[in-house]
Amino acid sequence: MEFLSNVINGISLGSIYAIIALGYTMVYGIAKMLNFAHGDVIMVGAYVCFFMTSRYDMPAIVGILLSVFVCTVLGIVIERLAYKPLRQATSLAVLITAIGMSYFLQNAAQLLWTSNPKVFKSVVGNGNIEIAGGLHISYVTVVTILACLVIMIALTIFTGKSKMGKAMRACSEDKGAAQLMGINVNTTISITFAIGSALAAIAGVLLCSAYPNLVPTTGSMPGIKAFTAAVFGGIGSIPGALVGGILLGVIEIFAKAYISTEISDAIVFAVLIVVLLVKPTGLLGKKISEKV
Amino acid sequence: MRKMKKVVCFGLISAMMLSAFAGCGKNDSASAAIKIGGTGPLTGGAAVYGNAVKRGAEIAVEEINALGDIQFELKYEDDTHDAEKAVNAYNSLKDWGVQISFGSVTTQPCIATSADTYADRIFALTPSASAPAVTEGKDNMFQMCFSDPNQGSASAQYISDKKLGTKIAVIYKNDDVYSTGIRDTFMSKAKELGLDVVSETTFNTDSQNDFSVQLNDAKNAGADILFLPMYYEAAALILAQAKSMSYAPTFFGVDGMDGILTLEGFDTSLAEGVILLTPFSADASDEKTVNFVNKYKEKYNEVPNQFAADAYDCVYAVYQACKNGKVTADMSAADICDIMIAQFTSMTFDGLTGNGMTWNTKGEVTKSPKGMVIENGVYVGLDK
Repeated sequence: MEFLSNVINGISLGSIYAIIALGYTMVYGIAKMLNFAHGDVIMVGAYVCFFMTSRYDMPAIVGILLSVFVCTVLGIVIERLAYKPLRQATSLAVLITAIGMSYFLQNAAQLLWTSNPKVFKSVVGNGNIEIAGGLHISYVTVVTILACLVIMIALTIFTGKSKMGKAMRACSEDKGAAQLMGINVNTTISITFAIGSALAAIAGVLLCSAYPNLVPTTGSMPGIKAFTAAVFGGIGSIPGALVGGILLGVIEIFAKAYISTEISDAIVFAVLIVVLLVKPTGLLGKKISEKV
Repeated sequence: MRKMKKVVCFGLISAMMLSAFAGCGKNDSASAAIKIGGTGPLTGGAAVYGNAVKRGAEIAVEEINALGDIQFELKYEDDTHDAEKAVNAYNSLKDWGVQISFGSVTTQPCIATSADTYADRIFALTPSASAPAVTEGKDNMFQMCFSDPNQGSASAQYISDKKLGTKIAVIYKNDDVYSTGIRDTFMSKAKELGLDVVSETTFNTDSQNDFSVQLNDAKNAGADILFLPMYYEAAALILAQAKSMSYAPTFFGVDGMDGILTLEGFDTSLAEGVILLTPFSADASDEKTVNFVNKYKEKYNEVPNQFAADAYDCVYAVYQACKNGKVTADMSAADICDIMIAQFTSMTFDGLTGNGMTWNTKGEVTKSPKGMVIENGVYVGLDK
């Protein structure tokens, strides 16, 4: 009974990590760069939705759509201004730029919206569904898991079947060769960022619906945890993000419940280290053999 | 191009010389105002506290300057709740010629700057940095707020005296000295008083989202009172999550809980019945509080919290000490420091956050906390 309720709590937390990890892994899988600003795009998405629903009393769907729109534009702009000029630079330079972008977004948010915390109004209501005697699962969790599944399936089909998706995979494998085959690498990467940022907006809305504390640094810690989840599941692998996210959440809750609330994070990361030692590419990561 | 460089060089040199002279000018004229400086998070995650302190102090300084007697000049530097930046901010205050320091607003930075004010013999009075480490071993560092140990033992005493519950659960934040400090003294006092603590769990900044495990633990242990020594952001999430799992103990907070009602978008019904110990309530009806609250609202369009009130009191306490000790603006910081220490350890001060406050030689304040309960979205005094 207590065990089951811990499982459910773990899945609730994990589903949030998973939905953030999907965006991370998508951008990494195609552009081969760690977009550390992802967590902060999430925060921007949450703020946009907050202003729409709480300040202007719009229906939740308007808030979500607008935040998806704003984040998509923001993602493209960030990519154009900060990452595109560094396309030929070392990956370390891009990584540092991404960290800088992350701080820029946090501080810009602080200037624009102050650092006073805001309480986010859940877009799906605060209710629970009772599954069995005394076991509850919240609406947010159900919606988040559904959203994860839908996004995962859609992304898999998109990258596998559509023309754009194929172009993305080509860019991911070899930018130079892709360009020679007539693929516009810049546009393809921009579109990757657009999709990644749109996912970030959805993740932001769901993150704040589950944990309604909204400050300019809201996205950073869940962002890092989700990054961990993505690595755990195998970075670049879309189903891996889902599996990694859920597992990370469940391990975290179990560590808290059965071992100690004090060292739960240490346990989570210890598990990560063990997994990476045994399986360096993550749980569902692909082994890429370089052909010479 | 070369000419360009020369021009730039010349420009820079003259700017340097000008600023050097400007510095001299300031020192010579020794303006008639006593310079008070402090550091605090004016931006960043803890900006709520820094700005509240700055604003509260500004109001008091304006009032005192209007009296035409002793004049104060107040300057706040941003430390973004970072110890290293606080030291830099303090150094720039020193360049400005600070004579009396308000330390830092938050605990970690204040531990850092208090070491410097001690070494530089500048008297310091922090409005809100509450850890004992702030004042420990420094004869010229004083606090306006309760020290953490005081809050913890006062809370346990209060729960025991008022028989608020029989089984206590504690959730605290283990990477925050404020939270752990209160928790430690709470636990030892609770043991002394024979209170039954049935559940004790913790979280940190990184896991400040999900409290399901901690709340389940408290619920399963049958706790009927939940002690929350933490700031209000985390407490707001705990209240919401406790409600969604239909767990309704008596929530008992400390002064960090103050501010929860002004949290934008917060459903105040969640905080219904929350009890907290705090030295200041913006709803109190005494003349001093009403005057301060009205001025603050008029000027900054929000209700002042306890931090603002502590800062307001700091300015008045310093004013009282300066007046009694006949401090003038042309005295050196070290001379002022000696006078202030003598004054503070001997005087009694009445302010917004308590009457008959006294300070011991350790720099800790003695004042009695007031129990407040949240009813219909406002604080109501539990014991008038």
